[in-house]
Amino acid sequence: MPARRDLESVCVIGSGPIVIGQACEFDYAGCQALKVLREEGYRTIVVNSNPATIMTDPGFADRTYIEPLDLEGVASVLEREQPDALLPTLGGQTALNLAVALAEGGILDELGVELIGAPVEVIRRAEDREQFRAAVRGCGLDVPASTIVTALDELGCVALPAVVRPAFTLGGHGGGFAETFEALAQQVERGLLESPIRQVLVEESLRGWDEFELEVIRDRIDNVVVVCSIENLDPMGVHTGDSVTVAPQMTLSDEAYQELRDAAVAVIRAVGVETGGSNIQFARQRETGELRVIEMNPRVSRSSALASKATGYPIAKVAAKLAVGYTLSEIPNDLTKTTPASFEPTLDYVVVKFPRFAFEKFSGADRALGTQMKSVGEAMGIGRTFSEAFLKARDSRELDAVDAAPWSRLDDDSLPEGLHPWFREQIALSREVLAAGDLFRAKRAGWSDHAIGAAWETDEHAIKRRRDELGLRPVYRRVDSCAGEVEAGSTYLYSTWGEEEETAPSSGRPRVVILGSGPNRIGQGIEFDYCCVHAAQTFRALGFEAVMVNCNPETVSTDYDTSDRLYFEPLTPEKVLAVCDREKPVGVVTQFGGQTPLRLARAIEDAGYPILGTPHSAIDLAEDRQRFGSLVEQLGVRCPPWAIVSTTDEALVAAGGIGYPVLLRPSYVLGGRAMRICYDDLQLDEAMQAVHGPVLLDRFIEHAIELDVDALCDGEEVYIAAVMQHVEEAGVHSGDSTCVLPAPALTLSAALEVEHIVKRLGPALGVVGLLNVQLALADSTVYVLEANPRASRTVPFASKAIGVNLVDAACRLAAGRTLRDLDLPAPRPAQVSVKAAVLPFARFPGADPVLGPEMRSTGEVMASAADLPTALAKAERAAGRPLPTSGTVFLSVRDEDKLAVVPIAAALAGLDFDLVATEGTARTLRAAGLELTEMAKVADALEGEETVVDLVRRGHCDLVVNTPQGRGARADGYLIREAALVARVPCVTTISGAAAAVHAIASARAESALSLQERIQRGGTHGSPDPLLRVGDTS
Amino acid sequence: MSDGYLVLEDGTVFHGRSVGAEDVAFGEAVFTTAMSGYQETVTDPSYAEQIVCFTAPMIGNYGVAEEREESSRPHATGVVMRQLGGHAWAEWLRSHGIVGLDEVDTRALVLRVRDGGSMRAAAVADEEELTVADALEQVRAQPPMAGQALVAAVSTPEPYVFSNGSGPRIAVVDYGAKGSILRRLARTGAAVSVFPHTSPAEPLVDFDGVVLSNGPGDPEPLENEVETVRGLLGRVPILGICLGHQLLGLATGHRTYKLPFGHRGANHPVLDRRSDRVLVTSQNHGFAVQPSDTKEATHVSLYDGTVEGLDFPGLRARSVQFHPEAGPGPHDAWPILDEFVREVADAG
Repeated sequence: MPARRDLESVCVIGSGPIVIGQACEFDYAGCQALKVLREEGYRTIVVNSNPATIMTDPGFADRTYIEPLDLEGVASVLEREQPDALLPTLGGQTALNLAVALAEGGILDELGVELIGAPVEVIRRAEDREQFRAAVRGCGLDVPASTIVTALDELGCVALPAVVRPAFTLGGHGGGFAETFEALAQQVERGLLESPIRQVLVEESLRGWDEFELEVIRDRIDNVVVVCSIENLDPMGVHTGDSVTVAPQMTLSDEAYQELRDAAVAVIRAVGVETGGSNIQFARQRETGELRVIEMNPRVSRSSALASKATGYPIAKVAAKLAVGYTLSEIPNDLTKTTPASFEPTLDYVVVKFPRFAFEKFSGADRALGTQMKSVGEAMGIGRTFSEAFLKARDSRELDAVDAAPWSRLDDDSLPEGLHPWFREQIALSREVLAAGDLFRAKRAGWSDHAIGAAWETDEHAIKRRRDELGLRPVYRRVDSCAGEVEAGSTYLYSTWGEEEETAPSSGRPRVVILGSGPNRIGQGIEFDYCCVHAAQTFRALGFEAVMVNCNPETVSTDYDTSDRLYFEPLTPEKVLAVCDREKPVGVVTQFGGQTPLRLARAIEDAGYPILGTPHSAIDLAEDRQRFGSLVEQLGVRCPPWAIVSTTDEALVAAGGIGYPVLLRPSYVLGGRAMRICYDDLQLDEAMQAVHGPVLLDRFIEHAIELDVDALCDGEEVYIAAVMQHVEEAGVHSGDSTCVLPAPALTLSAALEVEHIVKRLGPALGVVGLLNVQLALADSTVYVLEANPRASRTVPFASKAIGVNLVDAACRLAAGRTLRDLDLPAPRPAQVSVKAAVLPFARFPGADPVLGPEMRSTGEVMASAADLPTALAKAERAAGRPLPTSGTVFLSVRDEDKLAVVPIAAALAGLDFDLVATEGTARTLRAAGLELTEMAKVADALEGEETVVDLVRRGHCDLVVNTPQGRGARADGYLIREAALVARVPCVTTISGAAAAVHAIASARAESALSLQERIQRGGTHGSPDPLLRVGDTS
Repeated sequence: MSDGYLVLEDGTVFHGRSVGAEDVAFGEAVFTTAMSGYQETVTDPSYAEQIVCFTAPMIGNYGVAEEREESSRPHATGVVMRQLGGHAWAEWLRSHGIVGLDEVDTRALVLRVRDGGSMRAAAVADEEELTVADALEQVRAQPPMAGQALVAAVSTPEPYVFSNGSGPRIAVVDYGAKGSILRRLARTGAAVSVFPHTSPAEPLVDFDGVVLSNGPGDPEPLENEVETVRGLLGRVPILGICLGHQLLGLATGHRTYKLPFGHRGANHPVLDRRSDRVLVTSQNHGFAVQPSDTKEATHVSLYDGTVEGLDFPGLRARSVQFHPEAGPGPHDAWPILDEFVREVADAG
């Protein structure tokens, strides 16, 4: 059956900001789907709030809407575009939930939009626990014994231990184990709040059972194929997203595996997924073989992205084709071309995935792994044996040495309890091989030069020399989905040892190696993958062969379609140099992958491979405060007074000279790791205890407006692409702050000053490509805080806001073009764009949900509108924190903010909000003549007296403004913020953030959505909507 | 554990480590892409006189169990693996006298066989015991697989009753029948009797249905067996499986030929033309039936378009090239056996 011709246009919903449980995999899925749908001749419309996605690039769909993924946002797009069909199975749980809401709200019927991929009753059958259980039992399979609970008093005679799973939440969010009845009641309460339908499942605990997942695809004539089996090393009880997993499954016999396969096929049929992929999870009792069906996602998922990368079978692409009417036997296998998509992949290698955690960012948070996902990213390793894949994936995590991550030690006692003996044995064997001292066998087992060096009491350079003497080098094998049975022109490669070399097709054009950004982590995520993908596209367009090296299975960059050759390898000096030695590139591209490639740049240059664009020396110059300080001085640019200190005594002396407050930070760090603002000797002394080696002390400029500039430089000239203003004042990490373009507070003279500074910095640093400069504006003085001669986190946002692809331009500069050659249009944003951060605090109970110099956001959203309040209100909606328009606001601010809170409170009162405050703030507000209710702090409350925490918990509060009172006074503010988090009440923790929120509440207007394509077009013909905002177009 | 090697008749040598019996094994080098079911594979009589290479990288992970055996003994002469996954499997190979090599670059071997076709080979457990040159000489002295009649060595010498079901009476002609065929038939409730490959048509036609089993080697030299099948045509419902399918093909005037390197695995898609449905099948065959102008195949391989099934409604005979009984492999085609039993029951 060919593609459906009764459909002309298809709308695809993305998954929104990167959050724990929903990451780049849906950008990968969305991109594949859009590519396929366009090839098939459909008009495509995409809605996603995440600007850092490739799928929202204007070239990827006919109409691109960067709009909030809520009912209102998507409905407005559907009304405007009137598509024939909506495909919701590629945008994770977010898109699926939206599809259900749109269907239930009658919007799809009203607009005549057909839901393809998964009809609403199928989604319900898979997602509603009761219906799912009935469907599974209907095909003779077991589900864990359980009760559905919608209120605490329904917890009758539940057997313990039990597990709590809320319905319709991300990554098992809000769920957990309980061994006692008290713990169970607590878990259920939390779960009910998390579940949008106020429903949780309390079920039989299967802790310790083995966990398997099958990726299954079904077409509309009932053909079913199993793409991949995945086995979890961490048994049941640890969320599969946090578990180390292996594909294909390693420990099941054929009859046991076929039983799983039969069950998976039965489940997908029973639930009724007709055109697409599903992920089905099983628990299996190791000794008895008892089986339970745990859950099913009737859509592409994190696991299906992993399965696609593990097998070379592009699940999302196939799912999109099935959704428009093809059958499995009509779709050709991408890699072999000659076999169909109904050919189940077979692997002649092993794939292991490791989670990447970020616990160091959330001090106080519980690090125990459970049913709620906590990891922020993942890395995959491919090897010819389990040991090799396991060790490669483990090495790919790029952990800082100080991190005590799970699996950091491999001795028998440190491995997780309940690990299957087969894995235990394999890991023991690999340890033995390392200890035995045979270099070839150690390499073949998957040990890195670094690990061997450490084990043999030498270093990786000595091991490398030894290998060179012996002629021991890795070889590269192809991922072809068929174990070599069919000739495949695959360009997807991994390294191994002691085998025959397998060449991948090459055109003979000059090559560039592009280094990706590795596993997602806080401070380095999808933005950099966006940059790497564009780098690959541009270098290909420029006539180069683009060679990608990366190890993150979620990403678009590791889609074998993205580059001419993909090396799925750890981003370590050893592996990257081995790829360079094989590819002999004319240059290596390091400026787009965040810190990961920068850390490798030195080794790459030392090995004789040129860095394309900005040389590594520019990075050094920018990072070395001593040299940067003298450069800045030479240029006559102001920066805050600073000092480099190594000991606490030095720090205290230096701080005396600089003047408090000071900002303390180690160099070369991601996302402000370990950054602290210290207001006195005591705090500085405490902060110094936590760091090692030399650190940088800067005068912290209070009450400054922070600016972020993204610019291009060709070594001589500079193009200022975007000047963005942070809503929160300096002191909140730029990655966590809300950011506005064009910068509203910039006066013409300050704008000229900023331009002047950046135009001098670029050439002085020797930048060829992208440059990001962070500045502070205080009392009409502009200070340079730092310069980063590389792609910044804001590049995708800025590119989309101004309609100029900055990465494309940077690559052209790196390839030798000049800015004059590029003749870029002056950036004239037609609208105000706001980028807002999304924070994972709800995942880390125990950590204080307050913004600070340490970055903690996982993702971001973008919203654009004709004016700032409207854009800001939309951005908050997109970030899942819609601002209230009426109700009760609770205010409690630190002493420094007391003066500033008055106009904010007055404005809210003017908008008919009821004000509530605790003692200190209440006094200030009353003195200003405002009416309010005073409530007791938790600490001061009398027995039985209602506190503000109770107010928040009971849902009687719609907005919380709470600025933290130093670090010591954690108790009260922390309890309030945590209560707000649990009750999903927007909580603003900075005074400038509160002012912006009030502005947005007061002045946001209803405005119809505009596509990116339309905005870019308008930007070219109109000026800025407000002459005051015309900052960006001064270049 | 000694260092061993595999040598192909074209002289290519693959080094490995001996983990099985200390011996030299000769046979046709073939590979299977099934990712599980190593014990089923090695005990499948269709692998007689073959050295089987597993493309799955780790073999032996989940040990051994008697109920997984497809016959009473191993039939493959040698086993080649990238890495041994467990001691019990090595022990099993040794105790059954099967040469086993691991740490072999199996992918290189697969690509060699894919491009050069299946070849005669020797698996040598100890390179000290036999030089490559000597081994190669012996390899080249072995008979090629084409033209070899191998069923006599693997068929049951005497008829026997496998199961006493209350359902229809099914006769299985054993050309090297896999246990899974018998077990699957018995599970449907059929009363299953097994006959040697030499059985004449006479006792068979008295049954409600006859299953022509799988088996090793080239079908073409099996003239007597083909003659028997011809004698059954039209007289009793027939289901042919694998070699049984090829014999039915020969009996109905088709020709058979040797595939370049065969189909062995558990992932091959087969299109049932009558329903347009795809079956993911278990396969193990080195020969195939030539398509004919007069007879349209009911099943075709979506992998290379070869004939995967035939139906002769007038003769009440049908056959499939793949293995509906699975063992190892997916159960998609179980209904073919189930339906055959049901149909003959209904007819009877």
